[in-house]
Amino acid sequence: MTYEELLTRQATADERFIVMTAENRALVRNIHAHLGSRFIDTGITEQTMIGAAAGLALRGRIPVVHALASFLTMRAFEFVRTDAGIPNLPIKLSSFIPGFLSDGNGPTHQAIEDIALMRGIPNMTVFAPADEDDLLKMLPEIWNYPAPAYVRINTQKSGYEHAPFELGKAEIIAEGADVTILTYGLLFAQTLAAVEILKNEGLSVGLINMRSLKPIDEHAILKAAKSNLIVTVEDHFLTGGLYTIVAETLLKHQTTAKVLPFALNEKWFKPSLLPNVLQHEGFTGKQIAEKILGYTTNAVQQNIAVPQFSE
Amino acid sequence: MSTRSIIDKQKLQQTALKVREHIVRMATDGGCFVGASLSAADLILYLYSEWLNIGKHNLDDPDRDYLFLSKGHDVPALYGTFVELGLMEKDRLKNHLSIDDNIYWHPNTKIPGIEFHSGSLGHLPSVAIGVAMDIKIRGGKNRVVCILGDGELNEGTCWEAVLVANAYKLDNLIFVVDRNQFQANMPTEELIPLEPLHDKFTAFGAAVKRIDGHDFDALHNAFSAYPFEAGKLNVVIADTVRGKGLPSIERRADRWFCNFTAPEIEGLLKELHGEHLSQLTSETLVVR
Repeated sequence: MTYEELLTRQATADERFIVMTAENRALVRNIHAHLGSRFIDTGITEQTMIGAAAGLALRGRIPVVHALASFLTMRAFEFVRTDAGIPNLPIKLSSFIPGFLSDGNGPTHQAIEDIALMRGIPNMTVFAPADEDDLLKMLPEIWNYPAPAYVRINTQKSGYEHAPFELGKAEIIAEGADVTILTYGLLFAQTLAAVEILKNEGLSVGLINMRSLKPIDEHAILKAAKSNLIVTVEDHFLTGGLYTIVAETLLKHQTTAKVLPFALNEKWFKPSLLPNVLQHEGFTGKQIAEKILGYTTNAVQQNIAVPQFSE
Repeated sequence: MSTRSIIDKQKLQQTALKVREHIVRMATDGGCFVGASLSAADLILYLYSEWLNIGKHNLDDPDRDYLFLSKGHDVPALYGTFVELGLMEKDRLKNHLSIDDNIYWHPNTKIPGIEFHSGSLGHLPSVAIGVAMDIKIRGGKNRVVCILGDGELNEGTCWEAVLVANAYKLDNLIFVVDRNQFQANMPTEELIPLEPLHDKFTAFGAAVKRIDGHDFDALHNAFSAYPFEAGKLNVVIADTVRGKGLPSIERRADRWFCNFTAPEIEGLLKELHGEHLSQLTSETLVVR
């Protein structure tokens, strides 16, 4: 099943659903034929689309809106905050090519502050699936939950079969005493590879797919804090994303932990094809593993065994 | 209430005077946007009294008409109208800016009859579009009015909305521009000129009528012609006077937001009834 097939099934079965786009049809090329007037393309008008979605929601509809992540979260930010957030309307934001997924587009298209912006809006919920399998398991509950929602759409295939989704709950992939890696979104695949490398080096390594960033699974973070090192891995600015969420959670519960963040610190990433971006910015599984090893032993390990993994 | 062929103009004028009294009484103890409220008072009163199918009996009825106050800071005119039409208790206006109520400088949905909050300009044209789209999808007959300020038309989203409304042939939607010639601190034509405004809306694909927004016959003629043209957004440019009814503040750039003293309010209430011009000594320019 694809994203569009799932959305078509949901909207066909439930008349409340309206599918909207600000002329970003990559995810919804064929849905018009199934929905007729319940498919609305407002043209290149992210702000007007969000306002209209609010009007439709006032009439009992559940609009699922599509636009490029950077324009949906930034061009239309005040509309999202004011017209979806303040009245707590169930507008579902499907953000296309968030984070590193904008690969060769350049900094105009890099939504790497989207998590920070969206989670700053009262009532808004925020989700970042690890891959297509995760996405399809998460969406039905997100769409049917009575709140505005921001979803980093990720249709990458990792081959991992995820556990069923529960809103506000992280997915514990593995538990470990030495290191626990917390991640979300497409970097999940890289962290899976990093875990294998670290295990081969003799470390006890945990991995958590955060999935639901707001509401956040505080219990999973506090449990991770019991290992010797927490590592956060995200294609997002260092400020306002998972690293910040972990810091807030630890502080709220008056506890401390060693935390090593992988994030973009006060910089946009070098545009290129995704594998090149990951390599250049230091986010491949091998690079993540090497840095963690260097951190845990205070020396970068040379000649470590590296298994093959996609991208 | 259905559209009547004849309106009781004298009664409307008497009620409008009462609405203006409510507005003036709200312009103290913290003040309000008195000038913009007075310019919009007649058109808001006309719409609720004579044209819109909105009343205490049907506020939750999906077949009701909708009115969105996009400029928002003219909400005292809406509250005054609600009081006169029995949608709101008169005593509640005394709670203006009280921490114990929800009557403040911009509209909010805690007040029955207010469909959506506003205050950030250029938002409600698109919200109104969403409502009008849903009515079209369901084959409804309800009409959707959105009142905009002329200064608000500086915001690009207003013009986006006109393009989208016409693309979706929303002839069940009416944008009403309170054309009082002023934005916050400046005459519009001295800052960001809007004229020729009729031509601008026409060029964007709307069906436009331009009328005297203080003349109830002109308002009635314009709205009786709804829908102006099949498949087109309706636009009414209502030429109005900022501060209408109070000659001592009419058409003055420095009388946008006013916070008058109690004696000044008494003087202004007399002025509303044509007794004399007020001597205003309170701060003449409060920019919000």
